[in-house]
Amino acid sequence: MSTIANSIFSPELAARFDKLVTLYPVKRSALVPMLLYAQDEVGYVSEAVIQEVAQRLDLFDLDVRSVLSYYSMLRTKPAGKYNVQVCTNISCMLRGGYEILDHCKKKLGIENKQTTPDGQFSLEEVECIGDCCSAPAMQVNYEFHDELTPDKVDEILDQYAAGKILDSTQKDGK
Amino acid sequence: MADVTITVDGKKITAPAGSLLIEVCKSAGIEIPAFCYYPGLSLQAACRMCVVRQEKVPKLQTACTTQIAEGQVFFTDTPEVIQARKATLQMLLGNHPLDCPVCDAGGECELQDMTFKYGAADSFYAEPKNHREEQKWSPVVYFDRPRCILCYRCVRTCSEGMDVFALAVENRGSSSTIVPNVPAKLTPDNLAHLDCEQCGMCIDVCPVGALTSGTYRYKTRPWEMNHVATVCTHCGDGCKTTLGVRSTADGSEIVRGDNRDKSGINSDFLCNKGRYAFDFANSSERITQPLVRQPNGELKAVSWEEALTCVGKKFAELRDTRGGKTIGVIGGNRLTNEEAYLLQKFARSVLHTNNIDHHRTADYVAFAQSLAGTTGRAASLRETLTAPAVLLVGGDPTNQSPATAWNLRSNVRLNGARLYIANTAEIKLRRQASAFLQVAEYGYGALAAFLAGDDSAANIAAPDSAALASFRDAIRSEESLLVLIGNDLRGAELKRLIDFGLTIPGTKFALLADYANSRGAADMGLLPDMLPGYTPIGPIDTQDPSSRIALEYRSPTTPGLDLLEIFEAAETGNLSAFYVVGSNPIARYAVDPATLKNTFVVVQEMFLTETAAIADVVLPAANLYEKSGSVTNSYGDLQQVKKAGDRAGVRSDFETIVRIADKMGADVRKLVPFGPVSNAGGTRADMGQTRGAQSGEADRHAVWLTANNLEPRLSPFDPSAILDEIQRLVPGYEILRLQLLSGNDQHLSPAAAPIRDNAGLVQISNRRDLVLPAGDTLFTSGSLGRYSAILNDLRQFRPRQSLIQIDVQTASD
Amino acid sequence: MPRLVSHPDEVIVLKRRFGQGAAKIDRYIELDGYAAVQKAIAQGAEAMPGWIIDTMKSSGLRGRGGAGFPTGMKWSFVPKTSAKPKYVLVNGDESEPGTCKDHLIFREDPHAVIEGAMIAGLAIGAKTGFIYLRGEYRTLLEIMERAVADAYAKGFLGKNIFGSGLDFDIITQTGAGAYEVGEESALMESLEGKRGVPRIRPPFPAVVGLYDGPTIINNAETIANVPHILLMGGEAYAALGTERNGGTRLFGISGHVERPGVYELPMGYSLRRAIYEVAGGVRGGKQLKAVVPGGASCPVLRADEIDIGLDFDQLAKAGSMLGSGGIVVLDETVSIVEFALRTIQFYQHESCGWCIPCREGTDWIKKTLTRVYEGGGAKKDIDTVQYIAENMMGRTFCPFGDAAAMPTLGFVKKFRKEFEDYIEGKKAGTALMPEERDLIGVGH
Repeated sequence: MSTIANSIFSPELAARFDKLVTLYPVKRSALVPMLLYAQDEVGYVSEAVIQEVAQRLDLFDLDVRSVLSYYSMLRTKPAGKYNVQVCTNISCMLRGGYEILDHCKKKLGIENKQTTPDGQFSLEEVECIGDCCSAPAMQVNYEFHDELTPDKVDEILDQYAAGKILDSTQKDGK
Repeated sequence: MADVTITVDGKKITAPAGSLLIEVCKSAGIEIPAFCYYPGLSLQAACRMCVVRQEKVPKLQTACTTQIAEGQVFFTDTPEVIQARKATLQMLLGNHPLDCPVCDAGGECELQDMTFKYGAADSFYAEPKNHREEQKWSPVVYFDRPRCILCYRCVRTCSEGMDVFALAVENRGSSSTIVPNVPAKLTPDNLAHLDCEQCGMCIDVCPVGALTSGTYRYKTRPWEMNHVATVCTHCGDGCKTTLGVRSTADGSEIVRGDNRDKSGINSDFLCNKGRYAFDFANSSERITQPLVRQPNGELKAVSWEEALTCVGKKFAELRDTRGGKTIGVIGGNRLTNEEAYLLQKFARSVLHTNNIDHHRTADYVAFAQSLAGTTGRAASLRETLTAPAVLLVGGDPTNQSPATAWNLRSNVRLNGARLYIANTAEIKLRRQASAFLQVAEYGYGALAAFLAGDDSAANIAAPDSAALASFRDAIRSEESLLVLIGNDLRGAELKRLIDFGLTIPGTKFALLADYANSRGAADMGLLPDMLPGYTPIGPIDTQDPSSRIALEYRSPTTPGLDLLEIFEAAETGNLSAFYVVGSNPIARYAVDPATLKNTFVVVQEMFLTETAAIADVVLPAANLYEKSGSVTNSYGDLQQVKKAGDRAGVRSDFETIVRIADKMGADVRKLVPFGPVSNAGGTRADMGQTRGAQSGEADRHAVWLTANNLEPRLSPFDPSAILDEIQRLVPGYEILRLQLLSGNDQHLSPAAAPIRDNAGLVQISNRRDLVLPAGDTLFTSGSLGRYSAILNDLRQFRPRQSLIQIDVQTASD
Repeated sequence: MPRLVSHPDEVIVLKRRFGQGAAKIDRYIELDGYAAVQKAIAQGAEAMPGWIIDTMKSSGLRGRGGAGFPTGMKWSFVPKTSAKPKYVLVNGDESEPGTCKDHLIFREDPHAVIEGAMIAGLAIGAKTGFIYLRGEYRTLLEIMERAVADAYAKGFLGKNIFGSGLDFDIITQTGAGAYEVGEESALMESLEGKRGVPRIRPPFPAVVGLYDGPTIINNAETIANVPHILLMGGEAYAALGTERNGGTRLFGISGHVERPGVYELPMGYSLRRAIYEVAGGVRGGKQLKAVVPGGASCPVLRADEIDIGLDFDQLAKAGSMLGSGGIVVLDETVSIVEFALRTIQFYQHESCGWCIPCREGTDWIKKTLTRVYEGGGAKKDIDTVQYIAENMMGRTFCPFGDAAAMPTLGFVKKFRKEFEDYIEGKKAGTALMPEERDLIGVGH
């Protein structure tokens, strides 16, 4: 049972949010996790997400916007089903991060921050993702892929396209 | 905190431990620059301009966050410190557009001033600037993003000061920007908007030209204006305001209102009305020529001479043929004290009538009478900022007395004051309250009784008796209390509340009314049964000093008709003339215009209001911004009004009244004491040493002037002449001239005679609607408000978000 | 994900359970898991806090996040009594470019973090611990969540832990992409559901921290070391390192080396050996050009400056920092101009924007270096970059400004000639960035 009538979220996520707000000494603490989980389900932080999250936490919509715009992983526009995030920060750059990014652009036929017409893939150049010692690295949604070569990228993206790799947001059957 | 001594630039300074270094330095005359630091708002340490060197500390310290402790040594002007400030300015100026020649803030910009001071003029920033288009957030708030230096003053004044939270920071790093609460994608015009109280405090605190005012922007350069310090015409708080005035072809025009110098009772606060709603003066609907109704029923523009002659002749004729008792006079809540006083004096001594009243927005008669015989029990607006405990019963200051609300919020936030609110509505200020009591409808009287100890009143007072009891306990535990009373409390219930409050030592009171001089109108005797200073009309006791005024007036000694009775008289054909000065009773009291069809109606007005529309003569009036004098706010704070704007064709109500008296053949000198003493009827001001004084023939006014080292006024149109008389005769108006004339406020307590037989109160409880709160909101201001285009525009942008919650009341005219 | 590597020179303390399935609680217990917390509790309620803090002090452990503050001393600053609840906060917002050690800890030994947090809680009298991971570590959060759930299931967390009569709860969550949140007070803001902007200090977190309660906040590696230290004894741990730099630490060696990876080396270990022995030397037999010794914010060392021991004090003496232990190796093909640009691009992207010098300074340097990189530079641009960086140093609201200015100053001072040559068209190294670059931007 959700405490919010007509929640835009799935019953599972709504229930999770109901619990999340009780977890912390201050309700507002749940804001960043809620936005992430909402984005995982909805695909991005939509206006509807902002409004419901604000309502759940007794915040102004403006508070939510102010916070969400601070964090680079939160987006207010839809991305592809598989959001390919290629790191080009120093350790990755030294080991071919930009080549990997270029390769992804060619392979997917899209530029940075674009989504393929079928909505399957989007591409993003990102800052350090914390996989420096296995550079170059990328994340597809939350899954790490590293020690990349163009061939390996082909293989990985093909597998995603074929639905063979499930990332954590999909494992729960969502 | 105990005092400590620190050394700043070699100078020993003693101040309480824990004080902020930036404030300590300011007090000692050492200037430390800052953008983000703003007294009263939370600390940011973001602009890094206030850095200073502290001995034995490795990094430069920010003076705005440094709390002083014994023995600390600081340097504020070393080359290192100056270089740090200069570099910060250089970095700011990198992306800041250097459009100072056209920027609204040019000439009063803190960034400009600091750049001048620290010599950061050598720009070696060679990169393209980040340009963004200017945004219109509301009719009055514009945002020019590249000019913003992100000091966060606007965000804080909106959230902490106003409790509105309509502004925030979005994005991060160099993309950070201030945003309003309605994003572009949610609006029909795809532009971001502000959903807020539209107070404009954000514009006021902006150190640069990032936030600009819709009413002022690109109209003038600051140094091309005259800056006139006067009093806002709108609500009963009577905020001091500085009006920026520019000459125009037919007078002078007000282009800006603010209180940036933080002088006066309202510190730096001004609400939307004070800040923007002066445009009624320039309304195209303004009457600028006298109008006289013709036999065909139409109003025709005529010369002043013709109109005044018509009025004078007719008034004199009706007085002489049908008697003063058939004439009714209504004054306004936005007249000056001098005008209100003059009007009632004119009515009583020239028209020979006591049928005089005004639209009473609060029951000051009951208030004054309840406090009769006490001293020091009336509070100043200033005390709302300092009182440790405040009880607010009724009213909705956020909407009706915004400066009071601002002060209360500041007092709670900065001083930890305890605010107790009892109200029938969930007013916004409850968010600052230590306790909020929901009062039952019509429950204020019962509440007062319950507070006073009558437990049987509990179930009428509030739905939640437990809350009620703990509310009373909390209030009774306070050692001193500031009791603010909304104007929804009247007559007996008002008296009961004050009687209760008087049992708590140190309690002070204020009754909140609706307009700039609502209080003054009552104080000045725009009442049928009271002379100025709440002096009852009746048999004159020559031994009673408070009868001085009655003695001098020699007006009718029986009370006249009140406002409602005047209309009743009209209905029965017993009102020969009706004289209305700055009021719209026809609309206010929903009077059928036909009632007055056989009455000669004269109205002094700015606009063709419902009342003016039925007049036989309409005399175009100046507004409060176009005249001089004084006003008294709800609290009894007396302030000077100075002429700022001017409009060809209109005259102050003061002048018009004098001219009508003259046309009636009255001795103007008796109405307005002016002229050299030697010419004043042959009597000299000789301090009563001549036989003349002893025989009661002395010119008492001249004697008084001499005793007070004042010169006689030279013109019958000089309101100071009446101010002299007010000071001489009106109980409670012991005015400190220097205080008043230097632009400061002076607090006055009402000085009513004790109630003899509860007469005043009975009247109110029988006729409740004689006291009729105006019910204005932040976006209305009586009849006047209707002619302010900006105020009507702004209503579209009033706050709607549930958490901002000011829109609980429907705005009414 | 980072592969597990090893080298004979490693001194294994923290990595002891890596690669052994210790994420499973039963396996963790087999490997002495939750023994340290029980050892602490066995000291008795009275003696326990003092015993833990003394042990931590004697271990010489210094914060592994970057600043290197002595951990035991930090814990001792927490007032004994407090009207507000106290908290333990594990900083797993590992975001310093070149650093991925906490990544491995969360994956390989999550219970060590839990146990370390419990011990920290016992030391200061906190009943709640928070483990905050960077947003990109969602899969690691899931490992942590599972570990926490397992610990609850065993009764190790919650009420009356190990019969001590004391309670301890753990809440885990991630951020959502913000380097600045790695700064301790910014992390608290983020955890309270706000923008990750740092707080004014004083008051310091030990007195007024999370939810205004006294809080100790430690890096995940620091916390994961705690159980090991309690088991082996503070002095024994200290003896593994150098003076004032106790124990071992995880060094992530990345960039142009043959065997990049996360190695556990004793404090004070030679940087030269770390590159040439442990990591197998410069890739492809190329010449070493420079080393960033402790994550992107540490000033670069030239090839002739690597005969130095890897501890906080020796690197500070050399004008750099040990930082987060992320050693990034640059071979001769690298253009320092490009590397400097990529570095400041990161800091410009990550500056929170709160204070003027950092917000404007990072932006200005980035723009200027971009123009230089693209061939539109003049020599005075090098002076401008240096001037801006120097005027950011020590002037910003939080250490981020220094973190952005320091590497910039390192590059332009140590490689000024290369910048000058570049401006004159004599470009050193091989460009790694494509000509058509998208600038990573923040903002919606």
